[in-house]
Amino acid sequence: MLRTIGKRIATAIPSLIGVIVVTFLLTRVLPGDTASFFAGPAATPQAIEEVRKQLGLDRSQPEQFVSYVSHLVRGDLGTSLTTGRPVVTELATRLPASAELTLLGLFIALLIAVPLGIIAAVRQGSWIDHLCRIVATAGVSLPVFFTGLVFVYVFYFILGISPAPLGRLDVFASPPPDITGFYLIDALIARDFETFRAALAQITLPAVTLAVFSLAPIARITRASMLAVLSSEFIRTARASGLKPSTVVMTYAFRNAMLPVITTLGMVFSFLLGANVLVEKVFAWPGIGSYAVEALIASDFAPVQGFVLTMAVLYVLINLGIDLLYGIIDPRVKVEA
Amino acid sequence: MTTLSQPEPVSPSVTTLTKAVSARGIGAQLRHIRYVLADNPVTAGSFILFVIFLLAALIGPSLVPYDPLASNTASALRPPSAQHWFGTDQLGRDIFSRVVVATRLDMIIAIASVLLVFVLGGLAGIAAGFYGGWTDRIVGRISDTIMAFPLFVLAMGIVAALGNTVTNIVIATAIINFPLYARLARSEANIRREAGYVHAARLSGNSDPRILFRFILPNIMPLMMVQISLTMGYAILNAAGLSFIGLGVRPPTPEWGIMVAEGAAFIVSGEWWIAFFPGVTLMLAVFCFNLLGDGLRDIVDPLRRT
Amino acid sequence: MARHLDRRGFLKSTAATALATGVAAPAVWSPAKAQSRQETLLVVSESGPNNIDIHGVGTNVPGYEVSWNCYDRLISHEMKSGPGGVPYYDRDKFKPELADDMNIGDMSVTFRLRKGAKFHDGTPVTAKDVKWSLDRAVTVGGFPTFQMKAGSLEKPEQFVVVDDNTVRVDFLRKDKLTVPDLAVIVPAIYNSELVKKNATPDDPWGLNYTKQNIAGSGAYKVSRWTPGTEVVLDRNDDWASGPLPKIKRVIWRMVPSAGNRRALLERGDADVSYELPNKDFAELKDSGKLSVVSTPFSNGCQYLGMNVTKPPFDNLKVRQAVAYAIPYQKIMDAVLYGLGTPLFGATTPPPAAWPVAHSYNLDLAKARQLMSEAGYPSGFETTLSFDLGFAVVNEPLCVLIQESLAQIGIKTIINKVTGANWRTELNKKVMPLYTNVFSGWLDYPEYFFFWCYHGSNSVFNTMSYQSPQMDALIDGARTAAANGDTAAYEKDVKGFLDLAFTDIPRIPLFQPYSNVAMQKNISGYQYWFHRRLDYRTFVKG
Repeated sequence: MLRTIGKRIATAIPSLIGVIVVTFLLTRVLPGDTASFFAGPAATPQAIEEVRKQLGLDRSQPEQFVSYVSHLVRGDLGTSLTTGRPVVTELATRLPASAELTLLGLFIALLIAVPLGIIAAVRQGSWIDHLCRIVATAGVSLPVFFTGLVFVYVFYFILGISPAPLGRLDVFASPPPDITGFYLIDALIARDFETFRAALAQITLPAVTLAVFSLAPIARITRASMLAVLSSEFIRTARASGLKPSTVVMTYAFRNAMLPVITTLGMVFSFLLGANVLVEKVFAWPGIGSYAVEALIASDFAPVQGFVLTMAVLYVLINLGIDLLYGIIDPRVKVEA
Repeated sequence: MTTLSQPEPVSPSVTTLTKAVSARGIGAQLRHIRYVLADNPVTAGSFILFVIFLLAALIGPSLVPYDPLASNTASALRPPSAQHWFGTDQLGRDIFSRVVVATRLDMIIAIASVLLVFVLGGLAGIAAGFYGGWTDRIVGRISDTIMAFPLFVLAMGIVAALGNTVTNIVIATAIINFPLYARLARSEANIRREAGYVHAARLSGNSDPRILFRFILPNIMPLMMVQISLTMGYAILNAAGLSFIGLGVRPPTPEWGIMVAEGAAFIVSGEWWIAFFPGVTLMLAVFCFNLLGDGLRDIVDPLRRT
Repeated sequence: MARHLDRRGFLKSTAATALATGVAAPAVWSPAKAQSRQETLLVVSESGPNNIDIHGVGTNVPGYEVSWNCYDRLISHEMKSGPGGVPYYDRDKFKPELADDMNIGDMSVTFRLRKGAKFHDGTPVTAKDVKWSLDRAVTVGGFPTFQMKAGSLEKPEQFVVVDDNTVRVDFLRKDKLTVPDLAVIVPAIYNSELVKKNATPDDPWGLNYTKQNIAGSGAYKVSRWTPGTEVVLDRNDDWASGPLPKIKRVIWRMVPSAGNRRALLERGDADVSYELPNKDFAELKDSGKLSVVSTPFSNGCQYLGMNVTKPPFDNLKVRQAVAYAIPYQKIMDAVLYGLGTPLFGATTPPPAAWPVAHSYNLDLAKARQLMSEAGYPSGFETTLSFDLGFAVVNEPLCVLIQESLAQIGIKTIINKVTGANWRTELNKKVMPLYTNVFSGWLDYPEYFFFWCYHGSNSVFNTMSYQSPQMDALIDGARTAAANGDTAAYEKDVKGFLDLAFTDIPRIPLFQPYSNVAMQKNISGYQYWFHRRLDYRTFVKG
């Protein structure tokens, strides 16, 4: 097992190196002179040069790259110029916010999309099937920032049943003691139900926005995989032996159909974690996505590099986790390096 | 990677199927398409929608009632009415005309980016699947690296670095879709590498490029078409997202995404129509591409339906 | 495995609650919370500080707001009644802040420090802290040093410790701007011992420490700061430099979406917001639910600049043609919604003040004629650039200008430049045609013109305009001001205004408004030259 994990991680290393190099190059060709941005509106050419030197931007590209990598090896992702804090600290404090949002969004999506997919498969070709398809596809067809803004408008501004879109907690509430970084879980651990409810109220709209966006892939794969399983020999056998249709679907078909869904989930999760950039911007969510966008617009290299690298590592880890999980659920699948 | 990390499990029956399709001839194929459309009203509907969008892109600009760029501040921010079906925006421009005229640009963004990635990703994938070895490894590495990026941020980075023009939006969208195409083409080509008709072609003295283009590519096309349809919708969404960040096309060019992004600021003050109509149009277009993709899958791969 | 299942069960119940309470009622305030809410000011804005020390490298404008409220200066300005009755800082009247006495001599000014003034850590403020702080401002380089120089404050030798409670500032030359420059944000007084303790050989002025820590004696202290998310400031109950502020706590949240900021205001959740689109301010003002205060930018205007070193804009007639082809009124109506002072269509010669209107108006026939005379009867193509950071105003503005210029044959491509890149592009001075805002803290015409039109070609002379005649007039006005020669001063100011409008290297469009929207129960807003909020005078309820 450990050897398999080691081998798998080893195969991911070239991709990670690729990500580091590409990100470095990409951030260096971003337009805009970081030095003159940070030298302020009144800077003279000498002042800009001074700032450039302070920021280490006067050195050649290869030199900068070597210095970046050597810091990276020591776990130092540099300092954000826009927020003035070390990138590692920022990412560490912001990642739980993004992860909590994405996981809850994914969970809501699962709760809706999996039943939709199953119904669609069982009633294949019927109007229910078409309706499921239309609902799921409509969700993925709207720009996610637009869905979010409309939700805020309707549920907060018009109906007033959702709290103000001010991030993870109401302004006057204080966060629960930091254990997992997930406010919902931390609040429950601390038995602070008021905070739990406040955090839940804040996270619901953005999570639903994300969920709407991720319905389609999950529903589609559930349907496809259910269809494949339903037409297989053992289901036919089960049916033929007179088992109740509901037992056949739920007990036999569903369990077997879940494997591809799990694979898809991993991909959807890492896709969402990157895509919630826009949702975070709409809901003033203090996650890593909004952090990266602001940095990119300000030509602030370090956070962009740090963000991309974190996401790449997460991607590799999630895929590894899913493969291992898969191996546990279905022993016939051998994890290969 | 594991045996299961392919995005879509590829059914082995496809090989036999595509052969069957080419054997049945065009007439049979058309009958099959008609059968699928009649059987699946959703696909039929999306097909009709697609034709409407194509028409709007082709002849829309000559049909619209107003110049989409002409401002008229005297009638700014008017709600939908008989004169302005979709209302007017902040500068008094007719939203209906802008939405219709934008169809062409959005279609161009969608089609161009998909064509680009189809050529690049498709060729790379086919070569990887056909030759294996180093070619396969290099293409695989490139795909893995791109996949490891948070894709929207990668697109943002590319557009921010190269400048926010239509060309660069197209390039960025193509790059982030590269792995999808490369992987699909690779696995399909890989299956066919050892197929009987490829062996036969090789034995009768066909060169490698000829085998790739004459025998393998046509057989992969149907599945690629499905992918193309799905990615076209994604390309439009991607462009809209970029617009929201401020990296969209140059003003005053009408484009759905940028109209939604700019109109979004007016929702709270009650001018819902500025974002609503481009938003609905954009949604319909993406919706139509997605459903069409599903429908195409039914057409090219009837076996997967059951 | 059992644990795993537990968690799954837990998550399931969580999500079920999420769906059930998704429509949770807005939080109900417990009495304690309601009380704290009464004394808390909730401010929402688009962006927050990146550095809370104005001496820092690249401190952004929101950072100035923190500095203003958390540090004291020796002196500050009195208030007067401004446009629309808004309390407005009085350019010519100073009041003591950390100093309780100011004595202006011929070539120096002496300050006596307030007794009992303490830094946040309890150490008393002494003359040595003052000298160290002013030395720091003129030495660290970048923006603070530049701003100090604007008032002829250039060398540490100018700041003399007379005794523990007295400091003298010597003048390098006679300059009307020296004393006003001691009341801007930059000459803040720092706790020198505290900062020195946290300085390193690489960072002798302790900039890395003050970037994230307040070392001042001001009315507020930063108690929590999450960059890009929120800043929480608590009142310094021991503040000695003025009456104790009414607001105990300021929570300043960053809300990127303008629509959401407006929604927060309208629903009564946020107390104060600025940085809304003009349209929203205009509507909020009309609705009467909130109080909206609009004040013209002091000493500032939005303009259309042209690069005069290269064709076609090196041609005076082309520039004049452009000035006659701007849809000024359309911009006032459709872009600003009336929230701006028009700077066009003057029928009388300008008074000796700034900003004032020029005499150009939209006149396409005249513009076309000037284009033919200039040798461009069929026009030309060029690029019109704007800063994406201010797209709400800039984009519709540029679209209108583009449309109007097309009428006289000038075809423009609009170029959106991201905020990070804008300054670089301006500094390169190669953009042919662009719109921008410039405003100066020190509200004197010759100050504005020195930076924007003088042949010394500062970074703000974005047009690369050179004219010996202009330089002579600007220099003349500065000398006249220093010597108190009012007649000569007025003559020179009128002279350079007239020349700037005839030569028209930049076309003033309008004087923007600084808008602030507040709940009805909030009062005490004051307009300051820096246009940021002064929390010290706010009152709630």
